[in-house]
Amino acid sequence: MKFAILVFPGSGCDIDMFHAVNTVLGNKAEYIWHTEANLDGYDAVLIPSGASYGDYLRPGALAQSSQAIESLKAFAATGKPVLGVGNGFQILAEAGLLPGAFLRNKGLKFRSGKTKLTVLNTESTFTSDYENGQEITIPFAHEFGNYYVDEKTAAELESTNRIVFTYADGNADGSTADIAGVLNETGNVLGMMPLPERAVEEIIGGTDGLPLFNSILKRWSENNVSQA
Amino acid sequence: MSAKHEPNAQQIKDEQLYRQMGMTDEEFERAVGMLGRLPNYTETGLFSALWSEHCSYKSSKPVLRKFPTDGPRVLQGPGEGAGIVDIGDNQAAVFKMESHNSPSAIEPFIGAATGAGGVLRDVFSMGARPVALVNSLRFGDLSDARDRYLFEEAVAGIASYGNAIGIPTIAGEVQFDNCYSKRPLVNAMAVGLLNHEDIQKGIASGVGNSVMYAGATTGRDGIHGATMSSSEVSIDKEGELPVMQAGDPFLEKLVMEACLELVKSDALIGIQDMGAAGLTSSAAEMASKAGYGVELNLDLVPQREEGMTAYEMMLSESQERMLIVVKKGREQEVTDLFAKYNIEAVTIGKVTDDKMLRLLHKGEVVAEVSADALAEDAPVYHKKSEEPAYFREFQAMEMTEPVVTDLNETLKDLLQRPTIASKEWVYNQFDTQARSNTIVAPGSSAGVIRVSGTNKGLAMTSDCNSRFVYLDPETGGKIAVAEAARNLICSGAEPIAITDCLNFGSADKPEVFWQLEKSADGISDACRKLNAPVISGNVSLSNEVNGVPIYPTPTIGMVGLVHDLSQVTTTEFKRAGDVIYVIGEASLDFGGSELQQMMEGKIFGQAPAIDLEVEAARQKELLTAIQAGLVQSATDLSEGGFAVALCEKAFGTEGLGAGVTVSGSAVTALFSETQSRFLVTVKEENAADFEKTVADAIKIGVVTDSNRIVINGENGMLIDGTVDELRSAWKGAIQCLLNSEA
Repeated sequence: MKFAILVFPGSGCDIDMFHAVNTVLGNKAEYIWHTEANLDGYDAVLIPSGASYGDYLRPGALAQSSQAIESLKAFAATGKPVLGVGNGFQILAEAGLLPGAFLRNKGLKFRSGKTKLTVLNTESTFTSDYENGQEITIPFAHEFGNYYVDEKTAAELESTNRIVFTYADGNADGSTADIAGVLNETGNVLGMMPLPERAVEEIIGGTDGLPLFNSILKRWSENNVSQA
Repeated sequence: MSAKHEPNAQQIKDEQLYRQMGMTDEEFERAVGMLGRLPNYTETGLFSALWSEHCSYKSSKPVLRKFPTDGPRVLQGPGEGAGIVDIGDNQAAVFKMESHNSPSAIEPFIGAATGAGGVLRDVFSMGARPVALVNSLRFGDLSDARDRYLFEEAVAGIASYGNAIGIPTIAGEVQFDNCYSKRPLVNAMAVGLLNHEDIQKGIASGVGNSVMYAGATTGRDGIHGATMSSSEVSIDKEGELPVMQAGDPFLEKLVMEACLELVKSDALIGIQDMGAAGLTSSAAEMASKAGYGVELNLDLVPQREEGMTAYEMMLSESQERMLIVVKKGREQEVTDLFAKYNIEAVTIGKVTDDKMLRLLHKGEVVAEVSADALAEDAPVYHKKSEEPAYFREFQAMEMTEPVVTDLNETLKDLLQRPTIASKEWVYNQFDTQARSNTIVAPGSSAGVIRVSGTNKGLAMTSDCNSRFVYLDPETGGKIAVAEAARNLICSGAEPIAITDCLNFGSADKPEVFWQLEKSADGISDACRKLNAPVISGNVSLSNEVNGVPIYPTPTIGMVGLVHDLSQVTTTEFKRAGDVIYVIGEASLDFGGSELQQMMEGKIFGQAPAIDLEVEAARQKELLTAIQAGLVQSATDLSEGGFAVALCEKAFGTEGLGAGVTVSGSAVTALFSETQSRFLVTVKEENAADFEKTVADAIKIGVVTDSNRIVINGENGMLIDGTVDELRSAWKGAIQCLLNSEA
């Protein structure tokens, strides 16, 4: 399976994604510079965290007007998986591939650490390797991690099982309905503020992020069984 | 000011205008002698900037010469952007610490952010990828609204820069004392990694090669920053301060990625950051180091403002700019490389053989000065040194044990002292995990990162207890180095080198210069004894408010090598039943202690004594034990002494506590700040081997699952408290102080 890591100027955590997929999972991920965004031939797209375009205007706002986003939209429309974490989630929301917007953290300061999440949907491409209701610990680092959707959207997300992860330890940044990760309507685009690629090795941040990547790989193998 | 309105050479001399730029009469005469004529306005600016303390180390050079700078691992000592030490496998660690005290006293957010940005450029200009940031911060005691503001904003500034550029902050320290009120210290350290063949230097060599400018445009910000940083903050005259340079981490990230791509190219001859004194220092230093000259056409310098004069361009400290020398004919490659990152890289001059720094502007030669005169031949002062009266007084004092009535309350009070309290409020604002190599994040003795692709690690820490340095600079200097080394040892690392930031008052004061000299003696002794040479550093003098100097604060940034990541050790208890050892006995050491400051509101007497032989032996033995896998957790005893360290070991793990018995007088056993001591836990089955390895280890008790800290003395129980209660006092103290209104 071949992953593309979409890199915008300022995407500092591209290296974390690369390390997780190539070094730890032993799979293949390639950096795709935003101006060269031909995504043909890739099986999944990963949008890393960091501060694309210096977070100027709003986090993700400038990246979403990059040429690469057109390729990304076309890619997402094919139903192949797209994962955006941290700033990558913000870009997906700004690009309209996911609902919602981001406010500054409730405490007004950048926060980093580890947070507990509850896995709510284990049917998705990204979560089949988790148990329903499982509590996992994933690192995070953000200043605009306060995810906002209106009540109607929140209710709809809930009723359609699109809320994949919720914060299980207090939701300190103030996200609507404790939402930490959310799917698009067709279930192939996931955005989440916590950073699963930083939780793939015991020695670094634990291994609770591994099942997420393994879920993607497993679904791909199932879908591509004839080629195997 | 337009060039037309600049004073002419005669006016500069007659009206002594050079004094406004920080030059003395003697320095001006020296410049005139070297030039053989009167300097014009631009040239006077060049001299004043490069001969400032910040750039020339003119007052501190004789002191800096004391430092040991050689060692089997040293690949690059002081003199370049950053020092380099070999870590094996053809890799090297590159690091440097730098102060940004003056800007942070005025505009703490911007000042602290640009401090981080500048030291990162020092590291990547050597060809190294920055992999971690460390910071050492000092503020007033948070009872004052201005000091709280400086603290909150400086921390936010550092966070904004490091987080946005994607480099984790993995270690640091914050201390609070009223000597830093309104004059904070913001010292930032960056650590990078490179392969030996990628080492770059800031040199301009090869006649005809091109001098290129890459990065941000040049504006009128930060003009004469280097001179300003060498003067004290006069808090009554804030209106007169120059426009501060502001940093842009996004731009820096792009410049960094482009430079790291450039160092792989054989078109590159030399590269240097335009740091303090901007274009002037980078051009003059690169030419002088290489033994060549540089000619710049200032019309070609990318400018963000109209009508800038040569003087303004040369003295600007606009951030995120690099000066690059490339082989003639290869300029387009470099321009294209930078263009990928949307960064402008243009040719602004060439290397010459006449050893001059020559500046052309609008078709005229506007400055022509020997590069050596600016960079190498700056004046060197042997300042007057005088032992201060307070030192003799303190040395003569007979020390008695403080009278403590309630040991439990005193422990709780100590845990809430901001210097001792948890720094979570600070480091939770930093991205500590970026790049997925952080093995130990802030909160333990030292930060540890994995050397990517290997099973090795780099441990790093910064330390300086300035109260000890004030009471006894030589002893305090030794303690600063020894404490840094202890923190690395406790993390399972072998100390390999240090960088320093010498933060002092005005060197014109003989008592301050004496502090500088004596502390350098102490640092040098400890570096030799502990095999950690000085490979880079920075001097920040004139840290005074209204004529009162800060405590002398020679901050030590130390890096150690973890040979095998399985040897990484942390502070907190691991499991109930483990045996607790203290290494070294307590004696009556309360001079400069946190307890003394807390009870008396001041410090006095003698700093704790330190025997470097004992220090080195204990460090070596403990490291041997750690490397042999005998140690579960380790921490050194520092501010607050034994009881505080024991509590901190319990705070890190839910549900564990300790039951120990100590000997001697209770107050000394609990709170004395005797040096060269450690607290260690060991699995019971390893206890015998551990005792054989570490000669001075004393078994004092066990880790319990009781959630209580119980310390017994010779005549009964001294301390009995729940871990939860003590932890919440320690954890919440800084937030609580920030929320208070005063």
